[in-house]
Amino acid sequence: MTKDSKPELAARRAFLVKLAGAASCAGAAVGAATLGLTPAVSAKTAPAADGGSFPTKDYDWTKHQWGFGVDATKCIGCLRCVEACKRENDVPANAHQFRTWVERYVHLEGEDQVRIDSQQDPVNIAASGSEKTFRFANRYKDAKVYKAFFVPKLCNHCTHPACVQVCPVGATYKSEDGVVLIDHDYCIGCRYCVQACPYGARYFDEERGVSDKCTWCYHRITKGLQPACVEVCPVGARIFGDQKDKESPISLFIRNNRVQVLRPESGNAPNVFYVGIDKEVN
Amino acid sequence: MHFAPYTGWVYPNETVFEWSVLIAVYPYITGLVAGAFTVSSLYQVFGFERLRPVAHLALLTSLSFMVFVPTPLLLHLGHPERAFNATITPHLTSAMAMFGFFASFYVALLIVEGWFANRPFIVEQAQTRTDLLGRFYRLLTLGSYDVSPHTMHFDKKWIFALAVIGIPAAHGLHGYVGFMYGSLKSREWWSSDLMPVIFLFSAIISGVALLVVLYVASCKLRRIPVDAACVKGLAYTIWAFIMVAIVLEALAFANLVYKGREGIDTILQYVTGPLLVPYFLLQFAIGMVLPLLWLSYMIWRGTTGKALIVGVTVCACLVLFSVFMMRWNVVIGGQEISKTGKGLLSYHMPFWGKEGALMAILLTTAPLGLLYVLTRLFPPWADDAAHAHG
Ligand code: SF4
Ligand code: SF4
Repeated sequence: MTKDSKPELAARRAFLVKLAGAASCAGAAVGAATLGLTPAVSAKTAPAADGGSFPTKDYDWTKHQWGFGVDATKCIGCLRCVEACKRENDVPANAHQFRTWVERYVHLEGEDQVRIDSQQDPVNIAASGSEKTFRFANRYKDAKVYKAFFVPKLCNHCTHPACVQVCPVGATYKSEDGVVLIDHDYCIGCRYCVQACPYGARYFDEERGVSDKCTWCYHRITKGLQPACVEVCPVGARIFGDQKDKESPISLFIRNNRVQVLRPESGNAPNVFYVGIDKEVN
Repeated sequence: MHFAPYTGWVYPNETVFEWSVLIAVYPYITGLVAGAFTVSSLYQVFGFERLRPVAHLALLTSLSFMVFVPTPLLLHLGHPERAFNATITPHLTSAMAMFGFFASFYVALLIVEGWFANRPFIVEQAQTRTDLLGRFYRLLTLGSYDVSPHTMHFDKKWIFALAVIGIPAAHGLHGYVGFMYGSLKSREWWSSDLMPVIFLFSAIISGVALLVVLYVASCKLRRIPVDAACVKGLAYTIWAFIMVAIVLEALAFANLVYKGREGIDTILQYVTGPLLVPYFLLQFAIGMVLPLLWLSYMIWRGTTGKALIVGVTVCACLVLFSVFMMRWNVVIGGQEISKTGKGLLSYHMPFWGKEGALMAILLTTAPLGLLYVLTRLFPPWADDAAHAHG
């Protein structure tokens, strides 16, 4: 999960591939045992087997319908998810562009208006002391807090995504398993999708000249792993799973709670389901 | 990268402005195209004889600006080299996808109509010139040297037909630009059914105003008297369309406020704060209401001569400015109001750079350079003998 782990992994993979190559060259029977490892290891670089299983070899996207849950009553605003996501997905290292973020809602006693901020707020950045690590400043410690809570946000992987609708080239699309993805090799960088998303889930990656957003860690979930943010959340505020599997964490989350989505009036029909958010949250 | 300062609550990703001034320049130029074409159609199709002195100029103006329409978009793209992806694999649900086709169709139409309109001149030049330009004109004749009355009659029919097709094409193209913003549900400021029509009418007034300025300037440069009747005809046109433009925009605003959906408090805070000057003062009061009153006054008093020409020209400049402010207030204004409906951002326009003020000015004025060249190659002046055919 840490930044260094990536090259390390690549090195290990290269080593194993070499090993496998050597083994098969030698034609040694022992090699067979080593080869047992190679399918899983080389899966990422292997060509997609007839269409349906990109990007992981044995992955069939018609067999899944991914969904995400957020239990806002559990979130403690530690922002580990935000940091993990930045590293896992090479999100630009600044305090303005995020694939996921956490919002803090605070009602102070005697005030009508809720105060809302997120980790990118200058006060919070000053508290963390860097644009690469994030924390919520303890800015209300001297005030009388009436009610307060955190709300994690991310792309909703909408059933009717406005971003997909407006993309002039079809670079952003909805996959069979319910994940909204962007083809970075095809995106022309017009940012129409950034404007169209009602949730502010997208940003433009200046360096690569393309739009970007949360993919629910598609490279992980197609291998049976959890999205990075879900994995690091210490309190289980983020829930992920396959809606086609009725016993998956997300199916149970939806079944056992009264869930709601953000901005239902947009008609986007989000697939991130919330529990414990208040009327101001949109 | 510049991060926009903000007040209230905005989504973190919104602190980077994704659509710069260039995206305001784009509808502005497109609008000038549609407006200039309207003038040429008023003459070619509806027989407004008064506008004859500017009819050909209008066509050339339309073409010159149309050629530059894609430039702000291309400069803005993260991958301009992939721009053709939109034409190779247009994603049909996107309001932006068909733009390349519409625009190319329209450019082709302008070129063909321009060719027919200039044919007698091209033939004459091809026959009399012996220099390199002569070869250019000979090439342009496409082998047809027939300018007999019979053929001219035939040509006229073509011009008429193309002008008729051109009206929905030009206006469709521009209404479509308005749709690109109006169809987005993510921003209350944009999401208006009236947006395409508002864009259209402001486009028409901007194009007519541009022709006033170009016509008067060309007369001064060529040291010939300005045809007051023509200027008056253009003034009437502006007057009629500016009325509609003001009413439409006022209606859209009233609708927005009256419906008072989520986020309206922030919008009101915005229009009475940061937008007070650019919106109410510059765009409306100075740019639209003042010209309307002034034009009304001149029409009422029957002003003629120099006073009329100066008056209409100044009004035209104000209208040109107002329409630019309208584009700015839509494109930049829309992004200054947060999608959260709970915060405001402020855009900072750099002067230098690919998406700065200088580039915006260059792109808006560059078509004038092309227009100059075109007027040298195909003089659009009605007082010229070569254009006696009209
Ligand atoms: S949340 Fe925004 S970016 Fe994500 S799928 Fe929906 S419209 Fe697209
Ligand atoms: S920025 Fe890329 S993904 Fe977004 S609409 Fe434009 S081409 Fe499509």
